[in-house]
Amino acid sequence: MNLLTLVGALPLVGAALIYLIPTKDSELVKKFALLVTSLVAIAAIFLAVGFDKSITSLQYAQSYSWIPTFNINFALGIDGISLVLILLSTILVPIVILATWNESEGGRWSVKTFYVLILILETMMVGVFAASDLFLFYVFFEAMLIPVYFLIGGYGTGNRSAAAVKFLLYSLFGGLLMLASVIGLYVIAGNQIGATFDLTQLATLEIDNQTENFLFLGFFIAFAIKAPLWPFHTWLPDAAKSATPGTSVLLLGVLDKVGTYGMIRFCLALFPDASKTFTPLIITLSVISIIYGAFMAIGQKDIKGLIAFTSISHFGFITMGIFAMTSQGMSGANLYMVNHGFSTAALFLVAGWMMSRRNSSTISDFGGLQRVTPVMAWSFFIAGMSGLALPGLSSFVSEFLVLVGTYTRYPVAAIIGTLGIVLAALYILIPIQKTLHGPITEGNENMKDLNLREKISIAPVIAIIVVMGFYPKPVLDLINPTSAKVVVDAGYSDPIAEVNK
Amino acid sequence: MLVAPSLGYLVLSPMLIVFAGAVLGVLVEAFMGKTHRAAVQFTISVGVLLISLQQLWRIRDISSTTAAVDSVTIDKAGIFLQATVVLLALIAVFLIADQDNFVAQASAVPGSNEEAIALQQKNQQTEIFPLFLFAVAGMMLFPVATDLITLFVALEVFSLPLYLLAGLSRRKRLLSQEAALKYFLLGAYASAFFLFGAAFLYGYAGTISIRGISAAAGSANDVLLLIGIVFVSVGLLFKISAVPFHSWTPDVYQGAPTPITAFMAACTKVAAFGAILRIFYVGFAEAQTLWRPIITVIAILTMVVGSVVAIAQRDVKRMLAYSSIAHAGFLLSGVVALNKDGLAASLFYLVAYGLTTLAAFGIIGLVRDSTGEVTDLNRWIGLGKKSPLIGSIFAFLLLSFAGIPLTSGFIGKFAIFSAAYQSGNIAIVVAGVLSSAIAAFFYVRVIIMIFFTDPVNDSVSVIIPSVKSKISISIATVSSIVIGIAPSALLTAANNFANFIK
Repeated sequence: MNLLTLVGALPLVGAALIYLIPTKDSELVKKFALLVTSLVAIAAIFLAVGFDKSITSLQYAQSYSWIPTFNINFALGIDGISLVLILLSTILVPIVILATWNESEGGRWSVKTFYVLILILETMMVGVFAASDLFLFYVFFEAMLIPVYFLIGGYGTGNRSAAAVKFLLYSLFGGLLMLASVIGLYVIAGNQIGATFDLTQLATLEIDNQTENFLFLGFFIAFAIKAPLWPFHTWLPDAAKSATPGTSVLLLGVLDKVGTYGMIRFCLALFPDASKTFTPLIITLSVISIIYGAFMAIGQKDIKGLIAFTSISHFGFITMGIFAMTSQGMSGANLYMVNHGFSTAALFLVAGWMMSRRNSSTISDFGGLQRVTPVMAWSFFIAGMSGLALPGLSSFVSEFLVLVGTYTRYPVAAIIGTLGIVLAALYILIPIQKTLHGPITEGNENMKDLNLREKISIAPVIAIIVVMGFYPKPVLDLINPTSAKVVVDAGYSDPIAEVNK
Repeated sequence: MLVAPSLGYLVLSPMLIVFAGAVLGVLVEAFMGKTHRAAVQFTISVGVLLISLQQLWRIRDISSTTAAVDSVTIDKAGIFLQATVVLLALIAVFLIADQDNFVAQASAVPGSNEEAIALQQKNQQTEIFPLFLFAVAGMMLFPVATDLITLFVALEVFSLPLYLLAGLSRRKRLLSQEAALKYFLLGAYASAFFLFGAAFLYGYAGTISIRGISAAAGSANDVLLLIGIVFVSVGLLFKISAVPFHSWTPDVYQGAPTPITAFMAACTKVAAFGAILRIFYVGFAEAQTLWRPIITVIAILTMVVGSVVAIAQRDVKRMLAYSSIAHAGFLLSGVVALNKDGLAASLFYLVAYGLTTLAAFGIIGLVRDSTGEVTDLNRWIGLGKKSPLIGSIFAFLLLSFAGIPLTSGFIGKFAIFSAAYQSGNIAIVVAGVLSSAIAAFFYVRVIIMIFFTDPVNDSVSVIIPSVKSKISISIATVSSIVIGIAPSALLTAANNFANFIK
């Protein structure tokens, strides 16, 4: 069996096996889920080990006929970009399970259902990044909403069902627009080269400009909702506030990456001309996202809301890097996707522990945590510093690459984007000062520091953040060739000589 | 002098068997004692449907335009549609067999002593079975009828039993009778339109055969043809509840006994769409410039109105009625597509939709309180907690209606919209996906009510279904799931059978 299939199918098998465990034995369910997802993560690392960095075509490729009537294949295959995102997803899931050990209790349904949903979601996450058949991608893209919907609605807090519905309806709306474009592409392919959903074949289609623009918009709006880009972002803060911290990590860290991944894989590859047409608009939206997200984050009183809006700002950077159409920008954007995944995970997980200890998510309820809970405070500090792209931590490299890559083509956008970094200092440092330093706020005196389980789960994340800050080469080596290829395939060449990184 | 027509008994046998079963059912009803009547009637119904299905399998490769002189055409698509009707009816009959849903003595005045006595003495009459078989036989004839008079006869043969069946609910009898009356009056009105149009078409073409009409297209003044097509279409669009001829649907769906609603919603759609597809693909294809714009507008209107109005519904049966209106709109885009893909997609969609509908109404029949079924959505709140299995199945069916990937509804939608896009009708595709987005809202809202809201303390509960209902619901659900995940067998079949003899 192909290793890629194994990575994708293992969680699903795990989900089925969990049903054999008695519902009452929730500890066993958790341990089993942790075991399965850890195995998946290890398998994914082997996937990376066996990956040939010098080839830019799809590896681990395989294809089985699924619906021959429409020539739909169950076709998988990964290149460097998909690989790092699969790594990100599969590594985050066991960390999330370990870090939020008790999150599944007190939900609307049993602990078992929670882990079944998580495992199904993991299969879908791997599938969505590995699919090399447009139809298959669409199936994963849409079907993925269902487990998340139940995770938010069933285990979240606050106004969870409203948030879950908002999330689902926004995504479905985007997905259905995309469906119209998928159908359009399918029919055009049928007229030109015979019905197919194979991505490399679809990229060769000759589509007239007007149609291409409409098809592009169908895809782009779906991805912009997912990413989320201003003005399609309004579902995210609600969803992030209502979801449990663990779900939020997966939502912001992995699921939203499907949006930016889709822009690279589909918008650029399938509609290069339309991408060119819309680039100025998209760069503008990205810059607005960066600044808007930053300002909104500064104004947040709620920790979860804060992290959600910082993410909107960061997704602005990613989208800007993608549509700058330079190899540095593209590599930066890809690296940013990974780094954002880990730093958001760190922020949300530590914030989750803080909130559960204090029973509050309001920033002003915390204070002086540095003295009461030093380990937790330091973890939060490092995660925050990574969020504001402090040199030496992972986000810095990617943010720098994005800005350099953008500057060569869109200097004004890059300069305004830089303003986002300044604002980032504000929105991170002020909450850090309020929560970690200063006098101990009433009610925090006896707060417990991280226990062993929590320490074990946060350690790898922080390690990755630090290591990737100093030595991003292994990941960049995976990303660079593919990124360069994406830019070239879209019909661009770098404005200046490639920066050696 | 009249020459006795020669009939192709072999190809007509699937229909004749069901008709014979219906007649037999009437005799059983008249002469048999009440103790075993229900069991015998049920056996007859299941038996004739099975035999008919087997006959359909035997003649699957035969085609004939002269089976009954010129008025019935048995061809690939016709056989597929007939088989779909029979299969869905076979699943529906298990729901219908749950006698508890039907009035014991239809002739008794609601609330009268007579009714109470009939109930007390368990004098349950079983006329529903022969009526049901007559309806099925009519539905089998409708999509293979190729002249206007046979079409009209088939229309009446399956409609009249349905009018009666709609009025036979045991509980909420007045509502049920009102629904039946409404259905009858509006149905009669629509039939009149159909006849009126048929007369015009006869005047135009000098023949009642739809092939003759097709041959005559363009030979004379198009106005007559247009009037004929429009009026015939009104009669047909009424049956599939397209906007603006849809107003009966919610009332009838709500008032009719739930098993009958299930049967009606699934099978009538197949039969009526079968006939529409045949008439438009065979009879009116040459005149497509006349009717295509009109049907396109009606399709878009149907999708949008169905989806939007469904949002405001507070009753689950009414909601599904509006949802069926929206689905009629989606199916109409297969009619407008007017290509082989459109026909194949429609055939697939009808099967997928029919199965999902049967299962959904089957489940609605299980949610009850002491006075009978509870269809008020507000009382469905928290159902997922009381009965997780039923809640999950219903949620799955709603997702299938909404067309989420990995459900049969999604494949159907994809197939039918790509056929419409293929024919260049992009407006209908855009309207389709947008109204799907609207429709998703009310499906999701029901899922919230079932799962995300705590049950309020009232007496609604999910009854333990009878074995027959269990069989019916599980067959329909399982097939719906299978078609969603592995649709290729059915898609291939639909493709192979997507052929009308012109």
